[in-house]
Amino acid sequence: MTDLSQNPAGAAPRKHGGSLLEKSPHTKKRNAAETRFKAYGIAAITAGLIMLLVLVTTIVGKGTGAFQQTFVTLNVELLEAKLDKKGNRDLADIKKVTTFGYAPIIKGAMEAAIEDLGIETSLKSKELAGILSKDVAAQLRDYVIANPDQIGQTVEFRFLASSRVDGYLKGRVTRDSIVNDKNISAEQLDLVDSLAAAGVLEKTFNLDFIFGADASDARPEAAGIGVSMLGSLFMMLVVLALALPIGVAASIYLEEFAPQNWLTDMIEVNISNLAAVPSIVFGILGLAVFINYMHLPTSAPLVGGLVLTLMTLPTIIISTRASLKSVPPSIRDAALGVGASKMQAVFHHVLPLAAPGILTGTIIGLAQALGETAPLLLIGMVGFIASNAPETLADGLLAPNSAMPAQIYEWAKRADPAFYERAWGGIIILLLFLVTMNTLAVILRRRFERRW
Amino acid sequence: MPTFWLVALLIALAAAGFYGGRRRAIATAAGNVKNLHSLPSYYGYHVALSAFVPAIAALLVWLLAQPMFIETRVSGMIPAAAVPESSSIGLVMSDVRRVAEGLDLAVEQGLLSTREARNAVAGEQDLRALMGEVGVALGSEVRPEVLKTAQAYRNLSHAGRTAMTVVVTLLALGGFASAYVRTHKDFRARNVVERAVLALLVLAASLAILTTVGIVLSMLFETRNFFGLHSWTDFFFGSTWAPNFRGGSELSILPLLWGTLYISFIALLVAVPVGLFAAIYLSEYASGTVRAFAKPLLEILAGIPTIVYGLFALLTVGPALADLFGKGGLLGVEWMAGATSVLTAGLVMGIMLIPFVSSLSDDIINAEPQAMRDGSLGLGATKSETVRQVVMPAALPGIVGAVLLAASRAIGETMIVVMGAGAIAKFSANPLESMTTITTRIVSQLTGDTDFASPETLVAFALGLTLFVLTLGLNVLALYIVRKYREQYE
Repeated sequence: MTDLSQNPAGAAPRKHGGSLLEKSPHTKKRNAAETRFKAYGIAAITAGLIMLLVLVTTIVGKGTGAFQQTFVTLNVELLEAKLDKKGNRDLADIKKVTTFGYAPIIKGAMEAAIEDLGIETSLKSKELAGILSKDVAAQLRDYVIANPDQIGQTVEFRFLASSRVDGYLKGRVTRDSIVNDKNISAEQLDLVDSLAAAGVLEKTFNLDFIFGADASDARPEAAGIGVSMLGSLFMMLVVLALALPIGVAASIYLEEFAPQNWLTDMIEVNISNLAAVPSIVFGILGLAVFINYMHLPTSAPLVGGLVLTLMTLPTIIISTRASLKSVPPSIRDAALGVGASKMQAVFHHVLPLAAPGILTGTIIGLAQALGETAPLLLIGMVGFIASNAPETLADGLLAPNSAMPAQIYEWAKRADPAFYERAWGGIIILLLFLVTMNTLAVILRRRFERRW
Repeated sequence: MPTFWLVALLIALAAAGFYGGRRRAIATAAGNVKNLHSLPSYYGYHVALSAFVPAIAALLVWLLAQPMFIETRVSGMIPAAAVPESSSIGLVMSDVRRVAEGLDLAVEQGLLSTREARNAVAGEQDLRALMGEVGVALGSEVRPEVLKTAQAYRNLSHAGRTAMTVVVTLLALGGFASAYVRTHKDFRARNVVERAVLALLVLAASLAILTTVGIVLSMLFETRNFFGLHSWTDFFFGSTWAPNFRGGSELSILPLLWGTLYISFIALLVAVPVGLFAAIYLSEYASGTVRAFAKPLLEILAGIPTIVYGLFALLTVGPALADLFGKGGLLGVEWMAGATSVLTAGLVMGIMLIPFVSSLSDDIINAEPQAMRDGSLGLGATKSETVRQVVMPAALPGIVGAVLLAASRAIGETMIVVMGAGAIAKFSANPLESMTTITTRIVSQLTGDTDFASPETLVAFALGLTLFVLTLGLNVLALYIVRKYREQYE
């Protein structure tokens, strides 16, 4: 055998000539092609992973800023002459003072702070107040209305700085970029530098972004994602309450009871097709059926939840069927053998054994529903400001609200780049939820999955 | 929220039925459970189900049917002369609904008494201002016939509400009572309950059919309305997309279809080579460790919500491309006017589709019998030659199926194109220009102020139906190819 392949003498000369130990040009070419082909594969995988890396670094790099916010700590004298002219602490009179009435107080507080710190500036008092958020007057007014007895005293407040100042501290706004900006001037930035040096103005962790409500176009520094998070939560409650029982019931029927007939075939074909229908089509369905026909309120998490339920049902059905299928028939036979009815065998024995798989599928379906945006656009969950957190369950389901992805889209559409930072920050929160849910699903699968 | 309380009542009744039925069954068996035909809880379920299921079914049917019934009754009341020339009966009806809703709100907030709302006469009060106060904005003064119809609408829907509450409550109580009376130790409760549960399971499974029917019907119905207002030849064969809310719009799907297909093509141009080579490497070359790491990492790309890709296109990829090709860019060319373009959306969508192509192809390549590879390698072919000349030709139908599925995803994708592709409908071969797609136009025609009697809004349903048919066709074709191919080795 070995002789045969190594005996050049007598055999016909090798096609390409030369020694066996030396690779022929043809072999070299083939080997090179092999290496190239393998390199293409590595390149493709590397390209995919690099894209993932770029995506993640972009999100983290641009979004973490949203979790920090610039605040100015000021001592504010709540002048009685401005806030309660009659001096009788009557709440109705105090409420008559609009946010405009608070502007001089804020200006005064800024001037006093600058004087105390001994900072020289040529800015007028209006420009001084310009480094604070437009939200400040409302914040002060709310405080005074809640604590009328504090009028006339000096109270320390932590005010939001305006989004430009915040951007300056985060490096988004530079002295070059504000040349044509009417909202802020170089002198104001000088003042910001000195205030920051004095420790009056500082960047701290921003809890309001996580738990707060959205704000209007002019106040990006006050916008938060909390209320839309609640909107998403209520939608997920609806999805869970409807999609899980319906999905499990449908799967049990199809897997355990369905006879081989045209109805079963039709259901199966429909489920596999629905799984591939573009999500926006479900939005059109929701708009036409739930809003135009049934007159359910627009922008309500209930409607969003219904639409997402229809969308996630195929996912849940497919995974539930897979886990029902993985329960061995011997379990059913044993139950039937000791006298259980078919229904009892399924509900008492097969279903509990399939539960981890069903749960995993449901969590993955919910994660998919949580990140879905397109159908929500059509049922009106964008384009308004969800400013109040819902107080009751019925309110949470029926009062207009937004959802996390819809809120992110809303921010991305706005003109002020300060909102983009919020959008990226919102994405970090959204992805944290998704990662948690998927990890939970993986853990459940690892922990409870049984091999029969 | 009467419906809410009605459902709560039903649930409470069902719970009471469970315990009542159970207790009564045990009582008829003189406390000895062994004398019962079925386990005691089945008697409970029997009463609970009979109280709950018919009532909730009636409630749902009523909620669905009432608007349709009232609509037909009320729209008959509007005289043809009362419909202005430029308007349609649908528009008048939406006015009627708005006025009725405004009256309801006014009563709720105490601005009108119930009697005043019922007897209000147009012209006597400033109803428009009143409506404005409760947050219902009306375009014009309330006309007498609209007000009259609105009052009839209110009366009918209130009567309907009351009747619904009565009927549902009666059904629930009746079901409860009849089941409770029938509860006896010899009653075959388990068989009845199991039959009912099976019926519920069938119902749940049929929801899939119902959803499809709902999708098709809702879109067909509005599409028919659209073709009543706009010529279908312009929709399918026109060349311009120029919606104009003052009328005289040109609404042709062709420029949108061009944008959609162009963007999908670029996305596939990115996703197919990368995804395919990744799949080949993972299934033929990669060691177990590499596979265990790279495959899940690539699949993360498929789990990221599309809004994230949309933002990535809008804020990162778009500006980066504009920095390259735009005015004052690195390449010194002025090919790109803004950040949105076909290329922006296509590239980002391509990234999204990579794991889609790679994991489907990976499955298909792995399903190839090992004997084919062994045969080829045994004849002296290198690994790459085996892949190219043996594995790929055999896997080709499956891979074509995977690519078709990816294409259907690309055509139906919304967020990336809404944020990355732009809003200008045109035929152009330049990938750096912004173009628009079917899904983008559906979103823009159906968000904001919509008027469901104008062709500019209704066209979205025709677009949606086209999209549905297109993606469904691609999916069916892809599944057919994949299935047909799979059979060869099984």
